[in-house]
Amino acid sequence: MLAYRRYQPGTQPFHNHPPYVSSQERCPKQPLIKIPHTLSEITGPENIEVGTMYDGADLTKHGVGEPLGERIVVSGRVTDQDGHPIRHTLIEVWQANAAGRYWHKIDQHDAPIDPNFPGRGHVITDDEGHYRFVTIKPGAYPWRNHPNAWRPQHIHFSLFGPAFATRIVTQMYFPGDPLLPFDPIYNCTADEEARKRLISSFDWQTTIPDIALGYRFDIVLRGRAATPFEE
Amino acid sequence: MIPATTSQTVGPYFSIGTHLLLRSDLAWPGALGEPFTLKGRVLDANRKPVPDALIEVWQANAAGKYSHPEDNQNKPIDPAFWGFGRVATDENGAFQITSIKPGAVPGPDGTTQAPHLEISIFMRGLLTRLTTRLYFPDEPANAYDPILNLVPAPRRQTIIAKRREGGVLHWDVLLQGDDETVFFDV
Repeated sequence: MLAYRRYQPGTQPFHNHPPYVSSQERCPKQPLIKIPHTLSEITGPENIEVGTMYDGADLTKHGVGEPLGERIVVSGRVTDQDGHPIRHTLIEVWQANAAGRYWHKIDQHDAPIDPNFPGRGHVITDDEGHYRFVTIKPGAYPWRNHPNAWRPQHIHFSLFGPAFATRIVTQMYFPGDPLLPFDPIYNCTADEEARKRLISSFDWQTTIPDIALGYRFDIVLRGRAATPFEE
Repeated sequence: MIPATTSQTVGPYFSIGTHLLLRSDLAWPGALGEPFTLKGRVLDANRKPVPDALIEVWQANAAGKYSHPEDNQNKPIDPAFWGFGRVATDENGAFQITSIKPGAVPGPDGTTQAPHLEISIFMRGLLTRLTTRLYFPDEPANAYDPILNLVPAPRRQTIIAKRREGGVLHWDVLLQGDDETVFFDV
C-alpha cells in the first residue's frame, strides 16, 4: 500500500487567503497537523452510482425547451500525476446560467433565471479517464467581496478519485477572460502556472460544427508516492 | 510528474450540483454494528452558525474493513454498509448523521487505529477542504491511536465526540477560537 504524494508547495491555496474576504471568519488559525496516510486516507468512496431521471452529461436538456446562451462542449481527461487514467470516477458539476444567475434561493443577482437551465450535471470518467458534457457557457456575475467585484465565468467541478486523499473541488475557467487577473479565488496560489491550469483551452477537435464550441479541461489528481506511507 | 490540479472553493451554491449524493444515514437496513446518531454544528470565528457547509464522512464497517479494493484485510465486508455520507448544514449550522460505529483499522508500523470517521468539510470562504477525524467517547483505544497522538494533548478533545442524553453523540466544528477544532494536513 502506497501513500499519496504531498502537494507541491505553491500549487494549492491556503485556508487563510485575506483577499478572499469570507475566508477570514472561516479559516482555521491553528496550524494543520500533518498526518501520514493510513488505510483510512488511501481508501474512499469510489465507483459511485448516481441514478437520475435526466441526462447528467447534457445540461441543456434539463428543461422543456432549449436554454438561452452559448452551447458548449466541455471535455477532458482525469489522470493522476503519473498520467494514469482515473477510471470510472464521478464528476459533479454546477454553474450559473448564461446571464450569470444560479438556480439557488440565495442568489439574488438581478439577472434572469432560465427555466430551462438548472445548471447541474454529473458524468463518470471512462476507461481512459475521459469525460465530456454539453452545457451553456456560464455568465460572469457580481459578488460582494470588494467594490465592483465580479467572478470570471466558471464551472464548478467536484471529484472523488480513488481515495479520501484525492478528493478535490475546483473551478474551470475560460481562456481570455478579462476578469481573471482581478479574481481573488482564481488568484489563490503562489504558483502562477498552477492557476493557469485552471483555465480551459478552446478545442477545435471537440467543437461540433453548427452546434457548439469545444473547451478542454484536464484534471490531475494526486499520484502515489514512491515508498509506502511516505511522510 | 504532472502537477496536481489546484483546489477552489465550493462557493455558496454547491447544493445545485451535490444534492444527489446527500445521505445522512450511512447504515442501510441490516447493517451490522452498534448504531449511533451524531449531531453537531459548524460555527465560525464569531461563533455564528455556518449555514452553508458541506460535510462528508468516510468510515470502515463494524469489522474495521473499508469498502474499497485497497483494503485487503481478511475481514468481512458488510453488504448493507458502504461507509460514505454527505450532509449539508442547515440555517442553524446544524447537521446530523446516523451510522454504525466503525471497527478498529490498522495504522502505520503495525499499530492499530481507534474507531474513527474521516471527515471533509467544504464551504464558501474555504479555497480547499478542511480534513479532520472524529473519534468516539469512552473508547480506550483512543489513548493508543497513532494519529490522535500526533495532536497536542489539550486539543485532542476537539475531535472526540461527546455523549449526551439518550446516547446521542455530539460534535461541534469550531473554525476558530481557543478551542478551535483540530484539522489535518492529509
